Amino acid sequence: MKNDTGISAARPSAGSGDGNAARRNSNRPKYSRFTQQELPACKPILTPQWVISVFTLIGVIFIPIGVVALLASNDVVEIVDRYEIACVPPNMTHDKIGYIQNPSISKTCTRKLKVPKDMDKPIYVYYQLDNFYQNHRRYVKSRNDQQLRDASKANETSGCDPEKTTADGMPIVPCGLIAWSLFNDTYSFNRGNGEAMIVNKKDISWKSDRDHKFGSDVYPKNFQNGALIGGGKLDPKLSEQEDLIVWMRTAALPTFRKLYGRIDVDLKENDIITVALENNYNTYSFGGKKKLVLSTTTWLGGRNSFLGIAYLSVGGLCFFLSTAFTVVSLVKPRTIGDPSYLSWNRNPASQ
Amino acid sequence: MARGRIRENLRWSKLYSFSCVRPSVQLDSGNPPSLQGPGYSRVVHCNQPRIHRKKPFRYPTNYISTTKYNIITFLPKAIFEQFRRVANLYFLLAAALSLTPVAPFSAISMIAPLSFVVGLSMVKEALEDWRRFIQDMKVNLRKVSVYKGGGKFDYKHWQNIRVGDIVKVEKDRFFPADLLLLSSSYEDGICYVETMNLDGETNLKVKRSLQVTLSLDDDETFKDFTGTIRCEDPNPNLYTFVGNFEYGNQVYSLDPTQILLRDSKLRNTAYIYGVVIFTGHDNKVMQNATHSPSKRSRIEKKMDRIIYVLFSLLLVISLISSIGFAVMTKLGMPKWWYLQPNNTTNLYDPSKPATAGIFHLITALILYGYLIPISLYVSIELVKVLQAMFINQDIQMFDEESGNTAQARTSNLNEELGQVDTILSDKTGTLTCNQMDFLKCSIGGVPYGVGSSEVEIAAAKKMASEASNAPEQQNINQDLWEDQGNDFGSSEIQPDNGISLKMWNKKSRIKGFNFEDDRLMNGNWTGEPNRDTIVLFFRILAVCHTAIPELNEETGGFNYEAESPDEGSFLVAARELGFEFCKRTQSSVFIREKYTSECPTEREFKILNLLEFNSKRKRMSVVVQDESGQINLFCKGADSLILERLSKDGRLYENDTLKHLNEYGEVGLRTLALAYKTIGISEYTSWNDEFIKAKTTVGPDRETLLEEVADMIERDLILVGATAVEDKLQKGVPQCIDKLAQAGLKIWVLTGDKMETAINIGFACSLLRQGMKQICISTMDTNLIGKDAKMAITENMLMQITNASLLVNLEKDPHAAFALIIDGKALTYALEDGIKKKFLDLAVECSSVICCRVSPKQKALVTRLVKEGTGKTTLAIGDGANDVGMIQEADIGVGISGVEGMQAVMASDFSIAQFRFLERLLVVHGHWCYKRIAQMICYFFYKNIVFGLTILYFEAFTGFSGQSVYDDWYMLLFNVILTSLPVISLGVFEQDVSSEVCLQFPALYQQGPKNLFFDWYRIFCWMGNGLYSSLAIFFLTIIVLDDQAFRAGGQTADMAVVGTTMFTSIIWAVNIQIALTMSHFTWIQHLFVWGSIATWYIFLLGYGLSSPLFSQDEYCILMEALAPAPMYWIISLLIAAACNIPYLAHISYQRTFHPMDHQVIQEIKYYRKDVEDQSMWNRERSKARQETKIGFTARVDATIRQLKGKLQKKMSNITVQTAHNMPT
Repeated sequence: MKNDTGISAARPSAGSGDGNAARRNSNRPKYSRFTQQELPACKPILTPQWVISVFTLIGVIFIPIGVVALLASNDVVEIVDRYEIACVPPNMTHDKIGYIQNPSISKTCTRKLKVPKDMDKPIYVYYQLDNFYQNHRRYVKSRNDQQLRDASKANETSGCDPEKTTADGMPIVPCGLIAWSLFNDTYSFNRGNGEAMIVNKKDISWKSDRDHKFGSDVYPKNFQNGALIGGGKLDPKLSEQEDLIVWMRTAALPTFRKLYGRIDVDLKENDIITVALENNYNTYSFGGKKKLVLSTTTWLGGRNSFLGIAYLSVGGLCFFLSTAFTVVSLVKPRTIGDPSYLSWNRNPASQ
Repeated sequence: MARGRIRENLRWSKLYSFSCVRPSVQLDSGNPPSLQGPGYSRVVHCNQPRIHRKKPFRYPTNYISTTKYNIITFLPKAIFEQFRRVANLYFLLAAALSLTPVAPFSAISMIAPLSFVVGLSMVKEALEDWRRFIQDMKVNLRKVSVYKGGGKFDYKHWQNIRVGDIVKVEKDRFFPADLLLLSSSYEDGICYVETMNLDGETNLKVKRSLQVTLSLDDDETFKDFTGTIRCEDPNPNLYTFVGNFEYGNQVYSLDPTQILLRDSKLRNTAYIYGVVIFTGHDNKVMQNATHSPSKRSRIEKKMDRIIYVLFSLLLVISLISSIGFAVMTKLGMPKWWYLQPNNTTNLYDPSKPATAGIFHLITALILYGYLIPISLYVSIELVKVLQAMFINQDIQMFDEESGNTAQARTSNLNEELGQVDTILSDKTGTLTCNQMDFLKCSIGGVPYGVGSSEVEIAAAKKMASEASNAPEQQNINQDLWEDQGNDFGSSEIQPDNGISLKMWNKKSRIKGFNFEDDRLMNGNWTGEPNRDTIVLFFRILAVCHTAIPELNEETGGFNYEAESPDEGSFLVAARELGFEFCKRTQSSVFIREKYTSECPTEREFKILNLLEFNSKRKRMSVVVQDESGQINLFCKGADSLILERLSKDGRLYENDTLKHLNEYGEVGLRTLALAYKTIGISEYTSWNDEFIKAKTTVGPDRETLLEEVADMIERDLILVGATAVEDKLQKGVPQCIDKLAQAGLKIWVLTGDKMETAINIGFACSLLRQGMKQICISTMDTNLIGKDAKMAITENMLMQITNASLLVNLEKDPHAAFALIIDGKALTYALEDGIKKKFLDLAVECSSVICCRVSPKQKALVTRLVKEGTGKTTLAIGDGANDVGMIQEADIGVGISGVEGMQAVMASDFSIAQFRFLERLLVVHGHWCYKRIAQMICYFFYKNIVFGLTILYFEAFTGFSGQSVYDDWYMLLFNVILTSLPVISLGVFEQDVSSEVCLQFPALYQQGPKNLFFDWYRIFCWMGNGLYSSLAIFFLTIIVLDDQAFRAGGQTADMAVVGTTMFTSIIWAVNIQIALTMSHFTWIQHLFVWGSIATWYIFLLGYGLSSPLFSQDEYCILMEALAPAPMYWIISLLIAAACNIPYLAHISYQRTFHPMDHQVIQEIKYYRKDVEDQSMWNRERSKARQETKIGFTARVDATIRQLKGKLQKKMSNITVQTAHNMPT
């Protein structure tokens, strides 16, 4: 800077110097720390101390979370009962599809479940399907949200292929494959002492779905009548048809559980529950399993020890790494900022 | 104007012996070539521009446009340009297909980012073109005086000039178009032209008009002037011109000496009149201009290859996916009654799995498009524009003197600046200011002049610091240059070796004169013992030249208009020491001689003959008769030539002078020797007769004849002394070269100047030094004619090169350095196919390469040879139009914008005002930009792989149906908003080390040329990291969310929940990743990185609040489903950690065990060790340089080595030498 001013002072001021000076000044970039790339900055360095403390910190945070998650998962009591094979009458095991598609055969089936541990209410009832591609693109797209929301949009069936209209061209409400293939097994529970347990099917769907996505004035129209292979019947207005609302939230994976209802009764260990189920839904065509699941939840949800294990492993790994780095920095310490590590000092041959 | 009115009654043609001799008039009208047929169709009706308004004589206007587009062509052309990029074309196709049912996404999510990206690029194109337009308009709106009719001239814009117009160009103005010279302010119609912009030659060229048009020397005379020029069509050949001029019923033939080319400059001539022959793009200069090739940086080219890799990956994945789909459709689909397999279109028809598979291939190609980051190009473009803005705004590259900033004219080469291997530099105007300072002289064997050249000053300082050998030694060494520019005020340094250095107050300095010696100054020379010789010396300087004095009205002194700046500096020196050249008439030169304080006496020297300088003769002589009638020949010329022409008794001072000449040469000064001889009257008359005979000879032999006769008289000279002129290097050039050399860059000088000058400059900027082995390659002087000659020369060249290579290869001394100096003519042969390779091999071995007398085309060829031969990045820097070829050919072209000509700048990719800014441009900006772009691209691929692969994994779980787990809007925003700003901030603001450190540790620059940050290993590591992260993100998410309830309310995770959770994890993972990648956090980075994460949540919230028709399953997802679920947060934390722990471990390991240079320096800075332990810091600074044999430091090292060697020898003679610290 000093030099520069020196020059401009030394420059003869004859002639059009002033005009030039003005031009020069106008060209001069304005100084700001931003344009000169001199903004104050923090330049963190990964020193061994930092590395060790970061890893330790992660370990310290993760291991307790892992333990808590694992504990929570273990607190969950879960009863899983696969019933789709057991419910086929013995004489029909060779023709399960024939069995399920034959309306004259009673689909009622009774299962007995033993409660392994005390289960506190609420107990959630799920059905679990397997090998069911609810996430298939053809399936996922086959719906129309407008129609579900607004009674006046009954004719909006775009995207609902191939379940748009009935054979005579009447629009189907709710249209599309998802609604059409609604799960239609039903369960009812009795305690060992014969006392019926009421399955509460209210509030099993998201409130926002009920309030905003399924219109309270929308009624099913021209909907299939739940024949043969699957697909439930729809009676009340859609916003009260929570089974449908749950079903319409397509699952991410081919194996999925969906909430069927809630039992607001505490169960004791070794209680026997009798389930009377209507085995209507055809999973035999594609070899899918059907399971009935009764589960309690914790703050973390259902039973899944993986989360806890993952946390413990990551935490453990971090502890290991921090130990490793500690050992290394004790055994073979490197002074931070040691110039002897500079390339020109390391291989003096190049000098 | 008043000055122009006064006719200068000098007839140079009478004086000049060679270039200006006009063959007799008869010849002119002799046999003008008949100009018919193709290639010679141009007809110019002089002074009748009206005729040229309509066809067939309608020629283009003088409007010049270098823009790529205009308003109409912009849209189609720019769009076409955009879709020439494979990636963009792919996205266009994808967008088109997204309108069909094949598409996995909604059309908007494909079209919106594409139009954003393309739009942004087009805006950038438009802005750049606009800048070009503005620059064109600046030139187009220059004004020139044009004949209006009625004997009046008036100013017009350049762009409005038409063929046939008469223009009057004044002194120091550029010619607006190609003109035919009609007459000039000189009576004999000559004018001086500076063609630096065309060919880089600095000496003025003489042009002369036809005899017949000499009378057109006044505005009035054009009233009834008409004439017709028939000539060749526009062509790019600068040195030829064929045409006829029909005037007054006569036909005269025209040749290049009458043609004034656009962009050359009128010098030393008050004004000229000319007729416009070629306008606008017909101008020879414009014909020469090629459209700047669009250059792409190495990184970008490599990026293309990565994109191809990804494309193939994409194709493979898509194929896998579509085969998977076909199989699933065929085998699985019939069973999936819920999909109504019997009621499908082709897309899902289980009976036609192949068709479905093919359709699905298209779907998949679109779906996995996320592997190829659509926003990569636009982000890079944006980053580069911002980087360019920083380059433009850098106050430290602002030149106070010219008011020019550095300009990144194209921004797509920023990172290439960090990878330069070889710099090819022009000399004049680039390294030097083309200003000469008279610095020293040797008169009668006595050296005068105590002033020091820049090289000497620096050398002395360094020696002083070496000698003191104090701990702060390096500090001094570093500061050496830093206060170099500060040579105002007089400081005196008296180091041990006895060189006293005086630096003069700049304010008192006279341009061209930097001489200081009390023995001569202020008339003190009269007291010197050899005063007669001194008188002679300065008389030679004052008389032997072709300059014209011009009274400076303000100061009362004289300014000189000389052909070359050397000459000017001699005259100034003579004037300052009491021999003021004050008047030139046709036959005489008048010198005001001032002895001591007496009144000056005016002496007249009759010029009898003037044998002017040309590059072949390398000398100039005048034969003068002084007032006493004695005839003398004064001669000045290249020392080698003068020394061999000395008479026996003229060699009195030879040895001393030679010694001084060597010394001067060593410190980088331009030397000339001065000699004289006295001629007897009879001797003169007999010689003069012959000379006149030769002069009037007509025919091809005239030149040789004249030269022979001149040679006869220029013999038996008596040596008087020698001059040393400092070819003023541009400020900071040696320092800059030194730093660049330390940064490991090779520097080649390509100059149009002659070999001696080039070598001098080589010394001045330390590209050459004493003790360096110079390999000079030139053609043998051969008079062989015909094919043999070419063969012979080629063979000879081959031999020279082979010998030199042998010499280089056999050299044992590791400190030995070689310099290759090659002449332009030799280069012609060396660049031929057979020899090229060998020549390059040799050149690469040499520490410095200097090519002299090279034509613009050769410059380009050499550049191409280096570029293609070594496969490394080349940077060409120059200032004149003659450098345009080289600038365009090189990987990076840099133009010096200090001088007036704009061609080089227009053709360049970067322009800087001074050569010295190159250091900052490369070492700071280049280094930063390289790292930024490299890291940015790596990260970009990483994040898109992370994102893209999760889509693939998910697809495998959907029966390969092409369903995405993410909402369309997530996908749309991922690249455009959610992850773009952090990576842009990385690309714009990242600094591994501060700019000071970059400059202090030039060795850091080598990270670029060595490509440490963008090699395949690193790229694949990043991709591997992406693969790992994608696996971790996907599987952790789906396993954790599996099928059980994910919150206390018992709800299970549906696709929206899984997708949103996964996406959240990705956002966390990639943003933490980039935070780990960065080493420099300003508030901007903090804002962008953490802001991106915040934006995601804000978006999710907002999206959830929008109409459920719009947000579908994501309606209220954050508020209702996710945020209350601890699981959601815990997963994010888990995945963010799991994805980044390996990387963190890796970088910790790498830093602990194999720290890179910049990391160590970061650590030193972090712990402020540089402040605490300054000697360590300075020591490392001095070590942080690449081994180099050029540059000032290397030179000093070599000198020290030499001195120490000598010292050692001496010591060992006295005592037994004990351990002695040898320099490294």
